[in-house]
Amino acid sequence: MPMRSIWRTLDRGLARDIGLVCLADSVVGLSYGAISVGGGLPLWVPILLSIVVFAGASQFLFVGIVAAGGSPIAAMAAGLLVNTRHIAFGLAVSDVIGSGWRRWPGSHLMTDENVAFAMGQDELKQRRAAYWAGGIGIFVCWNIGVVIGGLAGSVITDTDVFGLDAAFPAVLLALVLPALRDRSTRTAALAGVVIALIATPFLPAGLPVLLALAGMLFYRAGKPALEDAQNE
Amino acid sequence: MNNTPLVLVAIGVLAVGTFSMRIAGPALRSRFEMPERAQQFLAAAAIVLLTALVATSALTEGHGPAGIARPAGVLFGGILAWRKAPFVLVVVAAAATAAGLRLLGVP
Repeated sequence: MPMRSIWRTLDRGLARDIGLVCLADSVVGLSYGAISVGGGLPLWVPILLSIVVFAGASQFLFVGIVAAGGSPIAAMAAGLLVNTRHIAFGLAVSDVIGSGWRRWPGSHLMTDENVAFAMGQDELKQRRAAYWAGGIGIFVCWNIGVVIGGLAGSVITDTDVFGLDAAFPAVLLALVLPALRDRSTRTAALAGVVIALIATPFLPAGLPVLLALAGMLFYRAGKPALEDAQNE
Repeated sequence: MNNTPLVLVAIGVLAVGTFSMRIAGPALRSRFEMPERAQQFLAAAAIVLLTALVATSALTEGHGPAGIARPAGVLFGGILAWRKAPFVLVVVAAAATAAGLRLLGVP
């Protein structure tokens, strides 16, 4: 989808919502850059990770382990584990990303936020616009934030003060709520939540969320629209 | 940090591995025509993952609980979202609630 077409399809409200998430991501990027450099890592480490990996949770984990003197291989393994959820995201949004060469940049731009934005739209055209605008916006804002945070050092290291740690789950929650109005999806999601929460104390980061997919055992697909209407 | 080559290799493998996981779905689905039911199933699976991510990131920190301020903020944002408040309000209210509670000394 050409850029012009993305901007034409996005309505103003959605563009504003995406802009807000980009802004919040850039502040988290500031803290990530600052924490990395403050922890004794050279500036190129957080910046390179942000460009070539571009997955916030795994980047925090990576720099946290390496800055604490841990093995880079362990940091890499932990990062890969946290990022496994992208396999499921990729299966869900592949038609949103598009075909041909677009799959390459489109896949790299996959984040929790723009996947959630895309799933929240009704029509394929809007899904595409939300996914691409969100992905490009977050990529640009995140990387700018990381560079500034890394250069400025200890300006913002604790985004909890601003409540950003609560803002991100709230963003995703607001975006998945419409999909949770479907009863079957909701049952599966709630089962997944229980599984993930039970597993969290015992398993390394990333694995509990992946285990939540077992909640799909409770999913019953494809009820006809008529039957759904009668159940309302 | 005194092992630059090893860090570079680790970043490289993490980047290639992450990209492979991201492109696996699009690459696979360009070869097969996915039936409608399978597409519904995959969309629901993504929602299940995102919901679990909401729960774990709202309620847990590392292997333990995340305190009170953060879950309270997410809960307030969630209620506003459920009542169909504007997205901006949801996000700002969640952050402000958590930040405000922390100012008051709530963990």
